[in-house]
Amino acid sequence: MKVLVAIKRAVDYNVKVRPNSDGSGVDLNNLKMSINPFCEIAVEEAVRLKEKGAVTEIIVVSLGPQKAQEQVRAALAMGADRGILIKIEETIEIEPLAIAKCLKIVCDEEKPDLVLMGKQSIDGDNNQTGQMLAALARYPQGTFASEVVIDNGSVFVTREIDGGLQTIKLALPAIVTTDLRLNVPRYASLPNIMKAKQKPIREITAEELGVDITSRVSIVSVSAPVGRPEGVKVGSVDELLDKLKNEAKVI
Amino acid sequence: MAILVIAEHDNRNLKTATLNAVAAAQVLGDSIDILVAGFGCETVATETSRVPGIKRVRLADNKVYANQLAENVAPLIAEIAPEYSHVLMSSTTTGKNIIPRAAALIDVQSISDVITVEAEDIFRRPIYAGNIIATVKSNDVIKLMTIRTTAFNIAASEGGSAAVETLNSIHDFEKSEFIRNDLAISERPELTSAKIVISGGRGMGSSENFGLLEKIADKLGAAVGASRAAVDAGFVPNDMQVGQTGKIVAPELYIAVGISGAIQHLAGMKDSKVIVAINKDPDAPIFQVADYGLVADLFDVMPEIDGKLSEYTS
Repeated sequence: MKVLVAIKRAVDYNVKVRPNSDGSGVDLNNLKMSINPFCEIAVEEAVRLKEKGAVTEIIVVSLGPQKAQEQVRAALAMGADRGILIKIEETIEIEPLAIAKCLKIVCDEEKPDLVLMGKQSIDGDNNQTGQMLAALARYPQGTFASEVVIDNGSVFVTREIDGGLQTIKLALPAIVTTDLRLNVPRYASLPNIMKAKQKPIREITAEELGVDITSRVSIVSVSAPVGRPEGVKVGSVDELLDKLKNEAKVI
Repeated sequence: MAILVIAEHDNRNLKTATLNAVAAAQVLGDSIDILVAGFGCETVATETSRVPGIKRVRLADNKVYANQLAENVAPLIAEIAPEYSHVLMSSTTTGKNIIPRAAALIDVQSISDVITVEAEDIFRRPIYAGNIIATVKSNDVIKLMTIRTTAFNIAASEGGSAAVETLNSIHDFEKSEFIRNDLAISERPELTSAKIVISGGRGMGSSENFGLLEKIADKLGAAVGASRAAVDAGFVPNDMQVGQTGKIVAPELYIAVGISGAIQHLAGMKDSKVIVAINKDPDAPIFQVADYGLVADLFDVMPEIDGKLSEYTS
């Protein structure tokens, strides 16, 4: 069984981003970049499925600038077998729909049995690409997965929904997007990092795939959120309850 | 300009989140339809028809829509979307699951988590876990979007009398099957709709200690939440998580107990009207967003609050 894992190069989750000086975009100069955390969980899940014997080959694919090769290599070091990098110019912010169209072509070529990807990237916070790819590829979708069980041509997905958990059964090929509790990704070992350097990465461009990546939604401006006015420290429970009752009037 | 709102419901009752989406729709225009797709859900359609200012309720009542699987509901939305300029759904896990699938079917780049409507094609939405607010302009002819419920009021639910029209389209994708829901059962209000939320963090120390919060929550009619740290420590289940990766809440009063205030937690609660932080570490970042901070050991002050609360709420 073949698994395709789609990953995104994103600003590291520990980095605090700011708008650039003219408010036209986010200042990303010289920031640490990593595999988007949800995507890393998707890679880990694929590797675990392979270790269990349910999966024979893991292909990792990413859309991004040439430098996104670093993230593809990192996924190869975690245990993926080969990589595909769909190159776009660094200045282009590609949208979920365009990403999904590129990934659809990769699905047509590679014919994976399962596509794993993060439920959202922590930059755009769109939470769309998996659902869109599922629509375009006509795959069933299991979003926000906290458990994935392969069983005889199907995958059982436990989903994190607002009121608790939902279990669905999808016929393969299917798309599963990963939530935080699915697993804790491993650190790649040094030997595996060395081995990953030998693993093949195929590079193509979005143009070669024939996908129009023109933005449908343009950014007018970005700003920092409005801060809250400074609060006060209270000295006792009585003072707190008094303020909540008589000043804030919330109890 | 006609606007379609997709109702969220459990085949018995309309979810309040739908009314937040209606409020967002009312900013855009006054020709609003609501789609109720479900199974055996006539009562939901009737309830929806009483929402004031709705032109019509479109009811798709068929077993294929029973569990609102995205594979079946998305093509239904895609089928009728060309009749509208905007299609809105609340940004719940159901909305996030369905809307992007519908959008891709009609070649639209949907917009997630809208917090304000600036113009018919210009919207604001948080990115980078709410650390940046982006103003975006959609160039698609039909705008599909999900609405951050905490950013909009709850529209009135009584007083209207919209017509209910039946939609007979049946979309059955067949490759996807609902097995079961394991929903948390609680006597307390839902986190996302509660007026007061009291949340515990890693500082709670154990699952049992959440009892301290529950006692106070019951006296206040509050919901109980938790930080990701408390969930990861195994104190409470994930459906209690407030934060960027959990639920986004904006109650009248948010009480953070033993929560340090990691960015990802703040992203889930910083739009609350009044924030109280109780933490023994005076440098905890949670105090930077708190209106009222109490630097103290929660194990001393929570029982004290519990004991004294009746003096202040009576």
